[in-house]
Amino acid sequence: MRSAPVRSIDLGARRSWRTTQSALMSAAMVAAVVLVAIPLVAVLWSVFARGAGIVVRAFPAFFTQTIPMISRKAGPGMGPAIVGTVLVTGGATLVAVPVGVLGAVYLHEYGGSGSFARLVRFMATVMTGVPSIVMGLFIYLVWTMNFGYSAFGGALALACLMLPIVIGSTEQMLRLVPASLREASYALGATRSRTIVAIVLPAALPGIISGVLLAIARAAGETAPLMFAVGAATAYNPRLFHEANTSLSLQIFGNATSAFPAAQDRAWGAALTLVLFTFLITLIARVFTARLALKRSS
Amino acid sequence: MMQLSELQGRRHYADRAFRGLALGAAGLVLLVLGMIAVKMTQRAWPAFNAGFFTSSRWSAPEGVFGALPFVWGTLYTAAIAIVLAVPVSLGVALFITQVAPPWLKKPMVSLLDLLAVVPSVVFGLWGVLVVSQHAGLGRSFLTAGVILAIMIIPIITSLAREVIETTPASDKEAALALGATRWEMIRASVLPHSKGGLVGAVMLGLGRAMGETIASALVIGSALGQLTLDPWAPGNSMPAVIANEWGEADEPHKAALIALAVTLFVITIAVNLIATAIVQRSMKRSHGT
Amino acid sequence: MLSPVIPFASPLPRPRGQLTPGDPAGAFPLPAGQAVGVPTPRDFASLVDPTGEAPRPTEQAVTVPTPRDFASLVDRKAAVPLPDTPVVFDCEDVEVYYGAFRAVRGVTLGIREHQITAFIGPSGCGKTTMLRTLNRMHDVIPGARVAGRVSYHGIDLYAPEVSAPEVRRRIGMVFQKPNPFPKSIYDNIAFGPRINGIRRKAELDAVVEKSLRAAALWDEVRDRLKHSALGLSGGQQQRLCIARTIAVEPEVVLMDEPCSALDPIATARIEELMRELKSLYTIVIVTHNMQQAARVSDRTAFFTTEIDAQRDRRTGILVEYDATSKIFSAPSDERTENYITGRFG
Repeated sequence: MRSAPVRSIDLGARRSWRTTQSALMSAAMVAAVVLVAIPLVAVLWSVFARGAGIVVRAFPAFFTQTIPMISRKAGPGMGPAIVGTVLVTGGATLVAVPVGVLGAVYLHEYGGSGSFARLVRFMATVMTGVPSIVMGLFIYLVWTMNFGYSAFGGALALACLMLPIVIGSTEQMLRLVPASLREASYALGATRSRTIVAIVLPAALPGIISGVLLAIARAAGETAPLMFAVGAATAYNPRLFHEANTSLSLQIFGNATSAFPAAQDRAWGAALTLVLFTFLITLIARVFTARLALKRSS
Repeated sequence: MMQLSELQGRRHYADRAFRGLALGAAGLVLLVLGMIAVKMTQRAWPAFNAGFFTSSRWSAPEGVFGALPFVWGTLYTAAIAIVLAVPVSLGVALFITQVAPPWLKKPMVSLLDLLAVVPSVVFGLWGVLVVSQHAGLGRSFLTAGVILAIMIIPIITSLAREVIETTPASDKEAALALGATRWEMIRASVLPHSKGGLVGAVMLGLGRAMGETIASALVIGSALGQLTLDPWAPGNSMPAVIANEWGEADEPHKAALIALAVTLFVITIAVNLIATAIVQRSMKRSHGT
Repeated sequence: MLSPVIPFASPLPRPRGQLTPGDPAGAFPLPAGQAVGVPTPRDFASLVDPTGEAPRPTEQAVTVPTPRDFASLVDRKAAVPLPDTPVVFDCEDVEVYYGAFRAVRGVTLGIREHQITAFIGPSGCGKTTMLRTLNRMHDVIPGARVAGRVSYHGIDLYAPEVSAPEVRRRIGMVFQKPNPFPKSIYDNIAFGPRINGIRRKAELDAVVEKSLRAAALWDEVRDRLKHSALGLSGGQQQRLCIARTIAVEPEVVLMDEPCSALDPIATARIEELMRELKSLYTIVIVTHNMQQAARVSDRTAFFTTEIDAQRDRRTGILVEYDATSKIFSAPSDERTENYITGRFG
């Protein structure tokens, strides 16, 4: 027995202006991705190719020797700038992280939706928008004019930049801590502060660390806030509070416009060091983020 | 029989102290912002004379400070950056959210994060030693605009991505169920839904472009008195002038530079506030409240 | 001072005449043998056996109870006189507000020592809200406010001099969803003792072991005390939470639907645990599950919602509070009867 012939239905794609247009737009999106990748690759290529030149040629002297006083002189190094960068960012972290975490604790655990907390939250958003050079000048006015150049002045300026970022990311992480954990702690007779310190903050810790590390990575590359507060040293200065210092970013900025190839080389070397430093910190931050995700899913 | 004193517990001074500490930390934000506004304005006050915003002559030795070209340079470079960055950012954001297969999303986001943490001074270095010398752009408004565009693309893209991802799946399915192509679905569902948030994202990028100092300072050309639309011309912007001239500035000059910083502060804060307001309003609407 | 009289009697007429009419307000215990009704084959009697024989929750879960079933269910329970232990909590005309919203009003009841008191009622009737007023858990919710008087051994819990953390140390709470801290099993238990000043390792070890034994969890976890508590099963986590609560040596344990997230076997273990802990603590349990209330509790308070027509809002009210045997066999209020017979959801 033969069944009646089925009317054939064409479900195949039909070419029309509409499908073509959609394909074109998708292609445009891919083109945008390529357009973003080009400068990223180009920058990293330049930094690695040119930076590696001097860094490898003078390894490990590039990381240990002092900066030549005469900039046309070829050769290493960037030792003092590395120490300066660590001092400045470390100091900024020491200032910004306790204040930022405590501020976020206030906003989320105490202030809630009260008017003071809302004002602070709003002002923190405003503060993220303050140009870094403005922060630098501000610290110049309130710190450097009174206490002179030091790594700590730069640290203060960077701390001002980090503070709203740390507050924002920490508050977000505190929001992820389930209320049931707080209740469990209260129900055992814990006070609010005890609950926060012993339960809430540890539960949010990986996320907080991740946010802090990203803030550090950002701050480590800042130049403008340091220009007015750190000064210009070429020798090692491991002291946080005394005397002019320098940093990788300041060295890059100073040598970038130099006419001497030797100075430009050092700028590339410093750029490579700085990029590796920030990437490393970002990478560690990702590890912490992954750990947080793991914890939440279990 | 229980006594009231048994339920009084220990006096929780530590609890109070901790709360006070946290309150102080939060208050510090207000204090710092307030001090920035007051201290800077105080110091810059003498420089804010009649000609500061109208004159285009800036001569430190003569003590003449007209900031108009720098304000123009800031706005102009930021505008170039926005024009270049917005289509690219939007394209990337749409690609990640609508087109890319799931396995590609994570690496793409990582790539953008990587771009976001490259220090601005490194972009500046690349701009001044590679782009301006080899790409035929020289040091100009355009070079500054291009470098700034590269720097704000990750910011705009990640914000745009967040906004676009709030589009309800039902909205998208509604369009697809009517036989819409992917692009028609984006135009009919995704873009109208995210419009406000996207505008906000662009404004935040604008704020960042205007405040960015080092890359501008290195590649903009440091020319005085340029009030031109010619993108190939060397120019100057407020943050670049501050960065480049501070080193050898004396008293009236310093006040004028701080006055530039105050102006920059006011403009960027205004742009950021508008942006935040737009983003929050559209986020609220998209969450249906 | 303790208030000696706990009024339970509802003004509404009793639906069933064959029961002893009008036992004087607050007179405990109920006369033995009060409940009537021929046990049906499918009864719950074994569940409420005060000796605590192993219950068979899976089997009963599907049964829709009829009033007759409950009467038989509580039959054996009523045969044991309910001791007239001292009143621990004395609530007088309690109201709880969340902002302008009144969640509960006019609750007056007394909770007695070393007994299990169950709060039952439909969703939104304020039973959990009421439970949380007993250890001041509302303090941590912005906008929540308690009016009326809640006294604990005669002391007003909401007096300004009373410290909420101290109240909560004495009145512990187990929550609906197991909420172990993201720490090790050991640290979960030791958290409470630590914040109460116990520092010595040996002492902490002893408390941890004792609490885990009391919560019938020791044998299962003794080899992995340092492992994360999040790796335990749901039932184990809830027993861990009970152990954690016991570790601070509270006087009262409040349980907010402690079994609602658990499977029947885990539920049976927790119920067994409750019956064991009764001799040491006063227990108040909120439950959705009437069989559970019938199985474990000595007294039951039935709450329901009252719709405020003007504002279109629901407020929880206490309908009836009495011995469990009475609530399930001869409720004085029609609403209680409707609820336990399933005519009202």
